[in-house]
Amino acid sequence: MRKTLLAAGTALLLAAGPAMAQQKSIKIGFVSTFSGPVAVIGNDMRNSFELALDHMGRKIAGMPVEVIYEDDGFKPEVGKQKTQKLIESDKVDFISGYIWSNVLLASIKPVVDSKTFMVIANAGASQVAGELCSPYVFSTSWQNDQTPEAMGLYMNQKGVKSVFLIGPNYAAGRDMLAGVSHTFKGKVVGQELTTWPAQLDFSAELAKAKAANPDAIFVFYPGKAGVQFLAQYAQAGLKGKIPLYTAFTIDETSLPLQKDLALGVPGAQEWVNDLPNDANKKFVADYMKKYPGHRPSFYGAQSYDAANLIASAVTATKGNLTDKEALRKAFEKADFKSVRGNFKFGNNHIPIQNFYLQDVVKDAKGDYVLKTVATIVKDYQDASHSKCPMK
Amino acid sequence: MTLFIEQCLNGLQFGLLLFLLAAGLTLVFGIMDLVNLAHGSLYMIGAYFAATFAAWTDSFVLGAVLALLATLVVGMAVEVIAMRRLYGRDHLDHVLGTFGLILFFDEAVRLIWGPEGLSLPLPSWLNTAVTILPGMQYSAYRLSIIVVSLAVAVFLYVLVMRTRIGMLIRAGASNREMVGALGVNIKLLYTLVFGLGAALAGLAGLMQAPILTVQIGMGENILIVAFVITVIGGIGSVRGAFIAALLVGFVDTLGRSYLPDLLRLVLSPNAASTAAPALASMLIYLLMAIVLVVRPEGLFPASAK
Repeated sequence: MRKTLLAAGTALLLAAGPAMAQQKSIKIGFVSTFSGPVAVIGNDMRNSFELALDHMGRKIAGMPVEVIYEDDGFKPEVGKQKTQKLIESDKVDFISGYIWSNVLLASIKPVVDSKTFMVIANAGASQVAGELCSPYVFSTSWQNDQTPEAMGLYMNQKGVKSVFLIGPNYAAGRDMLAGVSHTFKGKVVGQELTTWPAQLDFSAELAKAKAANPDAIFVFYPGKAGVQFLAQYAQAGLKGKIPLYTAFTIDETSLPLQKDLALGVPGAQEWVNDLPNDANKKFVADYMKKYPGHRPSFYGAQSYDAANLIASAVTATKGNLTDKEALRKAFEKADFKSVRGNFKFGNNHIPIQNFYLQDVVKDAKGDYVLKTVATIVKDYQDASHSKCPMK
Repeated sequence: MTLFIEQCLNGLQFGLLLFLLAAGLTLVFGIMDLVNLAHGSLYMIGAYFAATFAAWTDSFVLGAVLALLATLVVGMAVEVIAMRRLYGRDHLDHVLGTFGLILFFDEAVRLIWGPEGLSLPLPSWLNTAVTILPGMQYSAYRLSIIVVSLAVAVFLYVLVMRTRIGMLIRAGASNREMVGALGVNIKLLYTLVFGLGAALAGLAGLMQAPILTVQIGMGENILIVAFVITVIGGIGSVRGAFIAALLVGFVDTLGRSYLPDLLRLVLSPNAASTAAPALASMLIYLLMAIVLVVRPEGLFPASAK
């Protein structure tokens, strides 16, 4: 009897809890990789998210913001646990981050089930843009296919007739290689997928690419693997013989190690540090002021946008987080100054945006920097949006 | 055909590199009866030293030589400071103690060099491909790894089979108590052997650095493969480690390069290219399982006790 009473009392307290507590602060959970060799990416995302909060005076709609950063350790199962912890025990209002498509795919169900709004700052698993799309999930990055599709278009412009594809064997790697094949008009003479993330020696794959003798090689290797791939590509004597085209292989987190190896290797990207809009100029300048010796990467730019997207939605609903429908409509407007230039959301909540060609150059100080060379494609929408049942 | 030769060279290079790592591991295990999980940390230390010294001296070769000496010194220091406390204890204590060393080294590297990792750029004469057969080019750097590793293998053979120290090492592997009873300074021998093992691991690490970059925890994955090799080759046997390392190198590289094509014969192209990398990375463990079933002591057991 006493037990039942106690249980009933606890239940009452729990039920009364949310109603009694006024919304006094905004809690955001941020899942990324903060340990191991790819921690540089997670740190860049956290730095940029923090900078965005600084720019807002660390308040959204008059309420202080609290961010809980969680490390996924580069592992889907850990990412899922951390996501569940953020939702169930921290009771966050929003959840953001996610570098890796496989971590995102493992983590998305508890987010959608709990109707927590999620703003993905990088991972672009094609399923999340298509059949798994949700009213509660938004992205400030892209769907995986989009960037390599843009690269395929650029290779057509360059008159490339045949290509060999190399990438890692996980959700994003498979999406990326499929993406190039969507738009590339020439022949795909071969495709190699490598064990991810354990395999770091690409000698067997490079030998096969060389033997196939294509006009070009396309690769997708994010993080440290991109450094290793470029080094081995040069060591195999392929630099200057078979040109390399990339997506997400060269960025500000890998350039300090790639250096000369990255010169003259083109990449496609939706954001480059020198895009001439005011929001971007402020972001890049303040980032370099706040974190001396570091430059923001596209991972950071997307995280900065994620913070601003959340702020725009909360401000539009005047801080009322209980009306999910109004909040969703506010999110869909994307009414904020994106550092890539303003964009629209498609029906699947993936940006419809421009893709640029970027190249590596040495600046006046001898640092290696990325710069925009051309716009490959404007207002580009991903192919998965037709598979998403949302209107 | 040239592709097959090139893949064989890739396998040979990978195998020889693994041999350097496994030789040190098997020596330490065979002679001191010590399970050293921190062997991968010495591999990492060698790579970090090489990247640092090469940047200071502006010379890849000089940096590599200095790094080799520095790793030898670190190895001997680790033996004197930490490993001595572990001899004669249970294997579980070894695992616990050397696992602690892994954490220590990882954190020490993070404090000294930072979390970002380093790169070790190659001089231009190594960063190209050379023609080794008519119509066939191969990476000059990978070729130089093959040459250096083979030279080290010959050096180890002479050292172990033809010198007095080698005789003591072999005797130590068969019966440690008897060697000690005969008045050999076992303490010094152990320090030397551990230092030698560390230097071999450091050499493997610094040679791998230009290919795989230098980062915290780089030794942990490859250490598992090195353990597989010591098990296949027979614990304590340098010759066994050599043969097993080459076997593993070939199986892994040729598996990765030909399995996708083989699977395509029976599976759809998409399923084949997804399944092949997963299967290929299992092959060496399959090899180990088969060897364990057929010859549980490994291919070349060092001592018939």
